[in-house]
Amino acid sequence: MSKTFKIEVDCANCANLVEEAAKKVNGVTDLSISFMTQKMKVTFDDNADQEAVIAEIQKVAKKIEPDFEIF
Amino acid sequence: MNKKQRNMLTRIIITLVMTIGLLFIDITGWFRLVLYLVVYLIIGYDILKKAWLGIVNGRVFDENFLMAVATVGAFALAIYEKSGDYLEAIAVMLFYQIGEFFQSYAVGKSRRNIAALMDIRPDYANIEQDGIIVKVDPDNVKVGQTIIIQPGERVPIDGVVVSGESSLNISALTGESLPREVSTGDEVISGSINMSGMLKVRTNKEFGDSTVSKIMELVEDSASRKSKSENFIAKFARIYTPAVCYGALALALLPPLFLILFNDASVSFPTFETWVYRALVFLVISCPCALVVSIPLSFFAGIGGASREGVLVKGANILETLSKVKTVVFDKTGTLTKGVFEVNAYHGAHDEDIADSKAQLLEYAAIVEASSSHPIAKSLQRAYGRNIERSRMSDVKEISGKGITAIIDGKKVAVGNEKLMSELGLTPCHCKTTGTIVHLSIDGKYAGHIVLGDVMKPTSAQSISDLYKSGVKQIVMLTGDTREVAEQTAARLGIDKVYSELLPADKVSQLERILSDTKGDDKVAFVGDGINDAPVLSRADLGIAMGAMGSDAAIEAADVVLMNDNPLKIGKAIRISRKCLKIVWENIIMALGIKGVCLILGIFGIVNMWLAIFADVGVMILAVLNAIRAMYVHKI
Repeated sequence: MSKTFKIEVDCANCANLVEEAAKKVNGVTDLSISFMTQKMKVTFDDNADQEAVIAEIQKVAKKIEPDFEIF
Repeated sequence: MNKKQRNMLTRIIITLVMTIGLLFIDITGWFRLVLYLVVYLIIGYDILKKAWLGIVNGRVFDENFLMAVATVGAFALAIYEKSGDYLEAIAVMLFYQIGEFFQSYAVGKSRRNIAALMDIRPDYANIEQDGIIVKVDPDNVKVGQTIIIQPGERVPIDGVVVSGESSLNISALTGESLPREVSTGDEVISGSINMSGMLKVRTNKEFGDSTVSKIMELVEDSASRKSKSENFIAKFARIYTPAVCYGALALALLPPLFLILFNDASVSFPTFETWVYRALVFLVISCPCALVVSIPLSFFAGIGGASREGVLVKGANILETLSKVKTVVFDKTGTLTKGVFEVNAYHGAHDEDIADSKAQLLEYAAIVEASSSHPIAKSLQRAYGRNIERSRMSDVKEISGKGITAIIDGKKVAVGNEKLMSELGLTPCHCKTTGTIVHLSIDGKYAGHIVLGDVMKPTSAQSISDLYKSGVKQIVMLTGDTREVAEQTAARLGIDKVYSELLPADKVSQLERILSDTKGDDKVAFVGDGINDAPVLSRADLGIAMGAMGSDAAIEAADVVLMNDNPLKIGKAIRISRKCLKIVWENIIMALGIKGVCLILGIFGIVNMWLAIFADVGVMILAVLNAIRAMYVHKI
């Protein structure tokens, strides 16, 4: 199950760093962040609570780049 | 400019005005410190906050931390020395923020420009409600509903014309400039632009399933499939950033300490000042953003440019593979040929060419085949081109796998292959022309035969020579057709290797043999029409599906999707990818080169802050401008 989210991230390097950290969040099978399209594609584990996973990604991302937003 | 950028610009301007103002006001003591601190916080509070968060979250050595340390350090020294020289800290922070501002503005703008050029998504659909045309969200239009498309508007949803006629500009979809004429009963494809007349269209898909949505989804998704060079730079940046930060820290501390310990320099601000300044210069130059930004931007522009030429590339990694293609394997039918049979020759009983007196032969063949839906029968009917009077024919007998016999105008006519002729006790002449042969006998006598062939696309031969010119080393053709037909086609097109009479499974194993013969970094592309060659498409290093307008299966299986069925686009796709990759490498070399030189000069104090900002922002802007060139691929 994968979903695409609109995000806001200001710098390309931060996008890479956030991507790497967010991939390690529990419940995420795969994740990719595109700085160019300002989109994040998340593939969730089958039985993951998607909202909780997104909240966790947001938390992890904020630690790296305080300006990172998921819409 | 977005809200954040406007905010930043305001802060920069306020800081500039206040700093200049402060230079003219002669105040001293604590009040002076407070005033300067206010300005400092206006320009630098977010950096301080990020630096603090970095420390809290255990990610210490980034540029925010060093900017914070350097500027707070400058303040601390000025207070300790009671010099009142707080300007340095503010100036450094200001320069840094101006640089960041330019970067974010340039990147944001080019990113949006490319996205806008690629965006062929319609914003609305017109429907008629109580006699008035109303604009609605295309998502809310149901299948089977009638929409109205006025001249100048984009077709929002796939459908069939119910009334009206017009010409459609489909260049946004296929890159072809020739407009397509449509009238009642014709299919229209979303994303094309209505040029002349008003059209009423009954939708046959939902917006989300329409061609335009599929294309946009594919192009946008492509940005998330990262290229090797992008991953390489991401990894590089992860080592590079902390390395440079430690380097800057060392540059700020080690030389002064050395001077203090061995050269009896005093522990004072001037001793540190030069080196802290150089460390800052070092830091500003070293920001990896130009690299990190320009590479995905180049790919994004390349994919965008390709999509406007009707070549959909599913990812940056695929564009990279495409640029390394040295072997192109073609499936014959549907890619190099149209997959439609056409009459090539009419031969009489003794294999002589009777093109001038073909009328009777063709007429009989067409009438006999009138009730058949076989592709060959269809092509014979098309070649005949007139209304077929079935009433002239009686006693139709179909002999499976051989042909048809019937009585026309009282004459016994048989139309079929050699086997049918033998069965009737006739000796058909063995035709020397390659192709599919249809023999005829009239009143028990062998009358001659018609030679049919799969029609070559008009651009096929040109595309083969074009591919060779673009640096492809080997072109192979795979086909299920007979050897004669295959070899003749290959010879006419200038293809050097042909494997014929292959079953679909043989095509995969043949491709695997080609793959294992390919050395090094060279890649093998397979071009098919996406209809029943999905396994081969996915087995190749790169699968190219042709003429995929509206075919989901092909879009799914292939890496590169050509929106129309013109084989010339393959060479073009390869050239687009080469151009894009060239730009990527230009950017990598330029950014690393200029930065490397400036870093070394910075260590020796030759580069000042202004040059440092150029080395950072200037290089990035150059890289971004260069990246955008990848978008302009119409003429290559």
